[in-house]
Amino acid sequence: MKGKKTLSKTSKNNFITMGGLLLVYVIVLILKEGGITTNLINGQLVPICAYMIMAISLNLTVGILGELSLGHAGFMSVGAFGGVLVGTLMQEVSDSKILCLLVAVIAGGVLAALAGFLIGIPVLRLRGDYLAIVTLAFGQIIKSIVNILYVGLDADGLHVGFIEKPEILEEGKMIINGAMGATGIRKLSTFTFAFIVLMLCLIVIYNLIQSRTGRAIMALRDNRIAAESVGINVTKYKLLVFAISAAMAGMAGTVFAYNYSTVAPTKFDFNTSILVLVFVVLGGLGSMRGSLIAAALLTLLPELLREFSDYRMLVYAIVLILVMLGTNNPKIRDFFAKIVGKIKSVFVRKKTAKEENANG
Amino acid sequence: MEFLSNVINGISLGSIYAIIALGYTMVYGIAKMLNFAHGDVIMVGAYVCFFMTSRYNMPAVVGILLSMFVCTVLGIVIERLAYKPLRQATSLAVLITAIGMSYFLQNGAQLLWTSNPKVFKSVVGDGGVQLTEGLYVSHVTLVTIAVCVIIMIALTVFTGKSKMGKAMRACSEDKGAAQLMGINVNTTISITFAIGSALAAIAGVLLCSAYPNLVPTTGSMPGIKAFTAAVFGGIGSIPGALIGGILLGIIEIFAKAYISTEISDAIVFAVLIVVLLVKPTGLLGKKISEKV
Repeated sequence: MKGKKTLSKTSKNNFITMGGLLLVYVIVLILKEGGITTNLINGQLVPICAYMIMAISLNLTVGILGELSLGHAGFMSVGAFGGVLVGTLMQEVSDSKILCLLVAVIAGGVLAALAGFLIGIPVLRLRGDYLAIVTLAFGQIIKSIVNILYVGLDADGLHVGFIEKPEILEEGKMIINGAMGATGIRKLSTFTFAFIVLMLCLIVIYNLIQSRTGRAIMALRDNRIAAESVGINVTKYKLLVFAISAAMAGMAGTVFAYNYSTVAPTKFDFNTSILVLVFVVLGGLGSMRGSLIAAALLTLLPELLREFSDYRMLVYAIVLILVMLGTNNPKIRDFFAKIVGKIKSVFVRKKTAKEENANG
Repeated sequence: MEFLSNVINGISLGSIYAIIALGYTMVYGIAKMLNFAHGDVIMVGAYVCFFMTSRYNMPAVVGILLSMFVCTVLGIVIERLAYKPLRQATSLAVLITAIGMSYFLQNGAQLLWTSNPKVFKSVVGDGGVQLTEGLYVSHVTLVTIAVCVIIMIALTVFTGKSKMGKAMRACSEDKGAAQLMGINVNTTISITFAIGSALAAIAGVLLCSAYPNLVPTTGSMPGIKAFTAAVFGGIGSIPGALIGGILLGIIEIFAKAYISTEISDAIVFAVLIVVLLVKPTGLLGKKISEKV
């Protein structure tokens, strides 16, 4: 076995996740091209990718860094509106669709990273629930600001207005229109593009976790004081994680926004932040694979439950509570473990009985 | 005069926040959990009172008492079914369960009572008092402030003097030690939830008397703001909830009056962030030093 590098268990697991994701992508693409999937599902493909990015980026903050964030949708909002704004300006310069989208996504990511850096500063002083409140407050502030933000574009250039709509020339157009949000977006996002962004984010996160930086971050999560005492720079790593996580959420926001012709600021409110947090917790803290699966299933679940239209959110709530009770209560968990153990022992007994028969 | 009337309105709105914040802060103090479903208990309380007074034409007092009763039972049931099994679980698991509970209540209300807005009839009637020239204060405003003061005094006496109140304080300091002293921790937590939920019912009735638009999501935004108020004053502290709530109410009304209605929320939350940066555990919060 000389010269052959053996993979560690984590790397192997990571490759399985990425491979599985790729496989699902190919299958869905074939189904889509073959016209087997319904329009309902086709319309959900880009949002699912966006929510998957949201889930893995929030998992980086909550699962790997260990800080609860209740305002992740705020970064998505910054990315969505910032990205659309820059993307629309780019349209004036270039006709290339893919270039526009690429610039928009990068701009969305950078703007959201700046916001993440800003919101990361209070993190240095606050802990636990107090920090959670600051992130919640931040999400609300972003929503309120976008709600009163007007950006118009005409021959004279950009016009920005707060609360009051700025006057623009007749042939100009409003890019961000207050409470109506961004209007007249060209639908540039495609499933493939969203998937590529998702894959890139996943690769970045996996590499980050396995690097020296990642180990430092996880040391901070497990015991801040011990980590500090061996010389890990708390400020640096916390800000870094907040900025990376925000950047990814921003990119998800841009991808998401470019899937619709209009996007309202209320799309990225407190409920969206909570929804993404639910993906992360249900999928398992720190497990990217879990986040991906939970995000996909839970985005699809309400769509699939459409037949029970009135009851679907009620069912969703009950499922959520039951899953949390089932996975976190020691008694219920033991109960399930016992059942699984019994089934296993039955199989094992059968096997041994068979072997005995064969021998005898 | 306009300034004074804004102050009074701010105190009134703040009183509602303070009453809701009490529910958050008491539950947090004792169970160390953020009860996100609290805002929706407010909504349930308001609906019960609405149906009693508007549909069945009962007197307001009966409506309020009944809605307090329903919410108290609801609070205890929620605690027993959803939170008690998770006493040993991580705080995040409890948080998500609470969020699930909040979804459940909101969607249950939507099924039962539809999402059509109901016009809540104020429990103290319309009208108001002309205090001086140019200073008109509605009855609802005055009653809200009075109710808040009464609740505050009653709670302070209750937690300070009564046996149950002492048990609550003991549980919030150290559950294990409290149990060794013969305090029934489960009962104490249930009673905390019961008191918090009864207060939520009162807050719901007052809130809808002042802002008479009742929908299944009525409770969520005031819930978030009251929660912010609790953190503002230092979560776990009863006087902190009062101060936090009233300051938040005054800031909100002033931002609405002098700056802009649309951005008032942003200003409230921005002030919160600044306060937390200066005092990381809220205005009256205790500083906890970590042990290695």
